[in-house]
Amino acid sequence: MEANYIVVRFGELTTKGKNRKLFTQKLLKNAKEILFEFPQLQYQLQYDRLYIYLNGANHLLVNEKLKTVFGIHSFSNAYKFEKDLDVVKDAIAKMINEDTKTTFKINTKRSDKTFPKKSQDINREIAGHVFHHVDRQLKVDVHHPEMLVTVEIRHDAIYVMTNVIKGAGGYPVGIGGKALLMLSGGIDSPVAGYLTLKRGVDIECVHFAAPPYTNEFAREKVFDLVDKLRHYTHGQITVHVVNFTKLQLAVYDHCDESYAMTVMRRMMYRIGEKLAIKNHCLALVNGESIGQVASQTLDSMNVINQVISIPVLRPVLCLDKLEIIDIAQKIDTYDISIRPHEDCCTIFTPKAPATKPKSYKAEAFEATFDYETYVNECVENVETIVVDANYKNDEEIF
Amino acid sequence: MVYLDYAATTPYNKDVLKTYTQLLEKYFYNADSIYSQGIEVNRLLEKSRGLLAKMLDVDEEEMIFTSCGSEANNMAIKGIAFQYQNRGKHIITTSIEHSSVYETCKELEEVFGFEVTYLPVDHTGHIHIDDLKKSIRNDTILVSVMCINNEVGSIQPIEEIKNVLKDHPLVKFHVDMVQALGKIKIDLKGIDCASFSAHKINGLKGSGLLFKRKSTTLVPLINGGQQEFGLRGGTSNACTYIVLAKTLRLALENFDQKEKYVSKLNKYLIKELQTIPDVIINTGGKVSSHIVNFSCIGYKPEVILHALEEKDILISTRSACSSKTSDVSRVMQQLHLPDEVAKSALRVSISDLTKEEEIDKFIYCLKEVLDSIKKQR
Repeated sequence: MEANYIVVRFGELTTKGKNRKLFTQKLLKNAKEILFEFPQLQYQLQYDRLYIYLNGANHLLVNEKLKTVFGIHSFSNAYKFEKDLDVVKDAIAKMINEDTKTTFKINTKRSDKTFPKKSQDINREIAGHVFHHVDRQLKVDVHHPEMLVTVEIRHDAIYVMTNVIKGAGGYPVGIGGKALLMLSGGIDSPVAGYLTLKRGVDIECVHFAAPPYTNEFAREKVFDLVDKLRHYTHGQITVHVVNFTKLQLAVYDHCDESYAMTVMRRMMYRIGEKLAIKNHCLALVNGESIGQVASQTLDSMNVINQVISIPVLRPVLCLDKLEIIDIAQKIDTYDISIRPHEDCCTIFTPKAPATKPKSYKAEAFEATFDYETYVNECVENVETIVVDANYKNDEEIF
Repeated sequence: MVYLDYAATTPYNKDVLKTYTQLLEKYFYNADSIYSQGIEVNRLLEKSRGLLAKMLDVDEEEMIFTSCGSEANNMAIKGIAFQYQNRGKHIITTSIEHSSVYETCKELEEVFGFEVTYLPVDHTGHIHIDDLKKSIRNDTILVSVMCINNEVGSIQPIEEIKNVLKDHPLVKFHVDMVQALGKIKIDLKGIDCASFSAHKINGLKGSGLLFKRKSTTLVPLINGGQQEFGLRGGTSNACTYIVLAKTLRLALENFDQKEKYVSKLNKYLIKELQTIPDVIINTGGKVSSHIVNFSCIGYKPEVILHALEEKDILISTRSACSSKTSDVSRVMQQLHLPDEVAKSALRVSISDLTKEEEIDKFIYCLKEVLDSIKKQR
């Protein structure tokens, strides 16, 4: 059975006092962008709820999309009926029949006190009808029902709502400013991006490519990841691809092998900071997790982080690899991340990178060549691509 | 022209043709090349595979592109026979299979030393499930049964066969679904391999598809590169593969509506045929609406066919794949009909593109032809 509309409940943002309106309007805007492929939807924003009228759109498809909109605590599909209890009874039996769960509860609220039957009686009457018209074994469970059907009898009509579906939580994306995500193509960085978005911070991405050492597959991988992440935003993400080859080769020419990685990361941070400022991003975000690799020891982070002054957010800093993988699987980026293509961090891996680098040593190596020219060149020649619904859109072919 | 030979092949769908031409102009690249153009072609090819899998409710890696339905049949039957011959060398099929199954089984018997049981059919072209049950032996490794017969349209009891084979988990089940795709609802659960063809559903010639369940292993017939999971070497016919997804999507669009329409046409056609003296309908029992087989007693079928052709009406005498062979079709022989019926069989096959006026014209012209030509036997 097709629902008539969806009731959307807001998350944490209900606590936000006077800024509330800003939040809800941002949420509405993001939701509209994510649901743009359903032009027939109509939106009504109220103080504590957002109503989305379906006008014939399939509610299951809309539900799927809605699950990725941050700032939504939960939502329910709702059906509007004329004030005829028989019609409502049949409809509820049909809804439960279409489901596979085994326990249910009917919860009636009668705000129209002129309606002749009382809430408790209506509950019993509907439940009785359901028992007689559903083919499988069913039980009523008033404490922990698998299916909760809410029936609201109001003056204009009877409204029926089915199960509460959990939303993505968090804050509406964009409400917390914008940050630049360093996206390698691995498992961690997309998760870091997702967690940043969850707290309402919009992202742009920077990817370091080293052609011809890195190939087209690696590049496609990054865009495929961004294509997954964009569903948690307002539908689009800007990606900056830096051609890192010349600078990377220079680093390997001028530094001792054990420090090449440290210096290379310092270069990436420098480029990242410049790109962030240029694109109005207030922080860098990356997928570093303490101790995971040589560049992610606290000593390394210390030496690498010194070269820039904007904050670096590390959302997965304290997560175990398995915890990160869990999230990656949930947001559908894991299978893309494990595609076996080299990125610029893996092409010239030193045998023994310094895990406790010293900043004076790094500085000494950097003093042997004019890295700033290279860095500026990287920033100037950056390739900027917007990933949106047109990415890999080949509907015409299929 | 009135085209009534949709079981032989179908006209190209305009959208399919347009997309195909556009693809050909744009993508000549090898789908296995690792520069961006090759990657792009490969991506589209794999997307097509994924969409096909979704439409047939199976996994992506269970879809293998082939060049036609016959190839898919060969690939499945020989592939299974060679792979599992250590379990036994007995195969069960029916006596009215398409030549690509029948001849494959013959070859397995004559060249490779397999034993094949050909299940008999009744006079409407249906096997009996008891015959199947009786035929299964300890060394049986494969049952191959077509879903819809291409000459008489009989629908075989696929669901019942699945049930029988539940008790024989080591016996693989292959179904030739070439005539069934887009015509009846297809459920691949309980089936190990199934063959499909694009040109029967308004798609391209040179385009087939094999469903192979993950748990079934095949010995490849075309050894070569990594294409099609190593089961079919040779440069991918990428544009053809890509456009198959659209072909199937369009064929399955408005399925119920088309099914209802064709079923109505079928009833009308049979009703009209029955009004003609000397005409006997051979089609019966559980049968596809798309194929009507009938005999004009005493007439040579080729003569009727060509007489109708002069009036711009195209029908056939039997399967196009074996139209140039002996006197009476192998399938018709197996129905154990009276000789004069089997000898004079004709096949009309319709689709959702057929119009009622076309049936009217066909009936009118058939009557005219029967009045004007001489009985020969």
